[in-house]
Amino acid sequence: MSEPTDAPRSGGVVGLLPVALSAVLFAWFMTHTPVIAAAGSLRWEMAWVPALNISLSFLLDGLSLTFALLISGIGALVFLYSNTYLGAHPQFHRFVLFLLSFMLAMLGLVLADNLITLFVFWELTTITSYLLIGFGHETTKGRRSALQALFVTGAGALAMLAGFILLGFVAGSFELSVILTQSEMLKAHPLYVPILILILAGTFTKSAQFPFHFWLPNAMAAPTPVSAFLHSATMVKAGVYLMARLHPGLAGTDMWLWTLTIFGAVTAVIASILALRQTDLKQALAYTTLMALGVLTLFLGQESGYAMTAFATFLVVHSLYKAALFLVVGCMDHATGTREADILGGLARVMPVTAIAAALAAMSMAGFPPFLGFIGKELKYAGALGVASEPVLVVGALLLANALMFAVAGVVALRPFWLPAGGDTPRIPHEAPWPMLMGPVILASLGTLFGIYPDLLERTLVAPTVASLLGTIEDSKALTLWAGVNMPLILSIVTVAAGTVFYVIHRPLRAWLARIIDALPNFDRGWDRFLDGFKTFARWQTRIIQTGVLRQYMFANFATVLVGLGGTMVARQVAVTRPDLTDATWQSVALILLIIGGALVATATSSRIAAMAALGVVGIGVAMIFIVFSAPDVAITQLLVETLVVVLVAVALLRLPTLDAGGKRFRPVDAALGLGVGTVVTLTLLAMLELPLDRRVTDYFEVTSWSEAFGRNIVNVILVDFRALDTFGEIAVVVIAALAAYALLRTTQPLGRGKGKDEP
Amino acid sequence: MESLLALSIGVLVATSVYLMLAPNVLRFIFGLVLISNAANLTIFLAGRLTPGAPPLIAEGAAAPAKLVANALPQALVLTAIVIGFGLFAFALVLMFRAYTTLGTLYSDEMRVAEPRENDSI
Repeated sequence: MSEPTDAPRSGGVVGLLPVALSAVLFAWFMTHTPVIAAAGSLRWEMAWVPALNISLSFLLDGLSLTFALLISGIGALVFLYSNTYLGAHPQFHRFVLFLLSFMLAMLGLVLADNLITLFVFWELTTITSYLLIGFGHETTKGRRSALQALFVTGAGALAMLAGFILLGFVAGSFELSVILTQSEMLKAHPLYVPILILILAGTFTKSAQFPFHFWLPNAMAAPTPVSAFLHSATMVKAGVYLMARLHPGLAGTDMWLWTLTIFGAVTAVIASILALRQTDLKQALAYTTLMALGVLTLFLGQESGYAMTAFATFLVVHSLYKAALFLVVGCMDHATGTREADILGGLARVMPVTAIAAALAAMSMAGFPPFLGFIGKELKYAGALGVASEPVLVVGALLLANALMFAVAGVVALRPFWLPAGGDTPRIPHEAPWPMLMGPVILASLGTLFGIYPDLLERTLVAPTVASLLGTIEDSKALTLWAGVNMPLILSIVTVAAGTVFYVIHRPLRAWLARIIDALPNFDRGWDRFLDGFKTFARWQTRIIQTGVLRQYMFANFATVLVGLGGTMVARQVAVTRPDLTDATWQSVALILLIIGGALVATATSSRIAAMAALGVVGIGVAMIFIVFSAPDVAITQLLVETLVVVLVAVALLRLPTLDAGGKRFRPVDAALGLGVGTVVTLTLLAMLELPLDRRVTDYFEVTSWSEAFGRNIVNVILVDFRALDTFGEIAVVVIAALAAYALLRTTQPLGRGKGKDEP
Repeated sequence: MESLLALSIGVLVATSVYLMLAPNVLRFIFGLVLISNAANLTIFLAGRLTPGAPPLIAEGAAAPAKLVANALPQALVLTAIVIGFGLFAFALVLMFRAYTTLGTLYSDEMRVAEPRENDSI
């Protein structure tokens, strides 16, 4: 794909419009902070599908406001960045459309108060994400990654939809604000476990929890601004958002606690180990995003005020520094043409602004004071220590993850800028243009500002978010830089020490890790095998079902008729009484025998002329039935058509070979099926004849035929007046058949006859 | 009488199923003709049989004076006969065309659209 060129060009109005739109949205959401900070909430509702009890309702509370601000704020900066980064791309307009659709869908997702609405927005983010990852669709890797993300998150979402529907039925409402008030009932309900499993399947795939984590690093095939926006700050947090949203309703059981804690902890540790193994800076960041998602999930498993405060703070911290770092990596890529950690170095001299932004963001990520990351880390430890059941396990996992993240921060922000280069870069580095610097600089500065004045963040976002999770604002813990010498501070010091060690030895460690990881089962390769197996299965069952042999298809159809009709009769215990034959006259018996005889001859004969004659006999017998039983119009039509059939068959037969050039042999299986279908048809008809006849429609036509349509032949009136449109359709069918037949006959020279002859 | 007709419809269906499963498409077409007749008779029978009273309104009357045959199935059968004929004519031409192009009347050998696996690989 065409990544940035050396001469960036603005995407023009199309590129700037979304910047303005997101900025306006951001400002609009900002105006609501005072209300939300007072632990209030706002709700809009509008009927959407009233028949299904689905409404378009939106809720703005602490949690959704935090997300909305992150989405629109980071969105504005990312749009500004993309305008330069991708402005020269020939498909830039399409890119803007996708990204803007994504942002609006994401806002809908976090604001929705109805489960079905939420699901619709959820799937919209899946689809737009698919389009964005596959933006470089000319590469195999891009297409594969996009499909993988779509399949994994889409499959999870389907499970989630089932969970939503169960939840809606159990709670009696699809409105989240109603559902979440019934926490006790939900937790005691027998369907609680299936609901939880299904919904967590959706959130774990979306938020890339182990073992579904493999799609996220692959999603880095997307352009860097997309990775910054979707795959670090917003979309992957949708799963986390949903777990947080449902926390008041579903949390507090052992199952919730252990599932989230274990999956979160395992994801965090595995991801941070994998992160250190990467040499591509973007990949390294992608794995640290996984780690963050694991930590957020882990905290949502708990219920303490510390854990929730840690969740809310880390959510903001992570979005700020991770988006900044992704954008920084984009700037480096833009300037040097590479993202390889081993090559880059000494960029601080040529890219001072980028270097400073990177340093600020990375120090927040590493958790140095006075950055917000430090507060986040202290709260994490405080929250982890508060985990009543297994504090050692959780703290241990966090400690390891944080230390490894510390090392990754060094790899991303220290080496490329301040240490000597490891090789020549493909391009001569230069400072990124200002629209690309705005994002990293603003985001990194906010991380610093909030670190120094944590109160700014605490009052506006963190406390209200905790309030939406726990129902009361009192449980929110204070964000402070200096809380005295306590356990979290000691753990922080250990983190820094361990992190420094990891950083110093990260190269030998990486080689060692690479060997171990390559030996372990690989989920990405497993995915390929899964897909291959799936395709093999599809091919196998297609071969069984779609044989390409007409007779087998026909056999399947008739067998279905037999089983359907016969099975229904048996299941419904339809009793057929002995047929009443008292009213049979010798004429009608003769007619019936004529029809049966004709049918049997047509079946048994191997002479074309005899078959034709037998068909004619059947047709005339049917016409006679119509005449005897008062249907003269039908009889006339039948006779005309029958004559035409015989003429047409005769004309065709002149040009066709004789009927049986060795194809005449008795087929017992087919005969048995024919006998079976014929028998159930007769039995069905006999059963039907015992039911009373409903003549209401007929009576209506008889009464109105003259009074309304002025016709004395009721059948004709029905055809040309009451059901004239049907007749018109019938004429159209005949015309189309005639046209098609003409087209077929117009060219009669053999095509590819050689191949046909050669076949066995 | 109605039971007898039901029986003959069963025979028509049985023979047409056997014919439509034949390898030769000409026999398939014969089966198509028979099954159309069976379907028409089924609709007709569903409206019950009324001998000697066509659904007509006498001159001067506003409605049939006595019980007449059920007009509704007759109208439906009329439509069905014509459409069945259209289907038959098209199928016949299609078969004819297939024969002139492929040189066979055996459906098992008509594999242009879905070649056998061992042919294509």
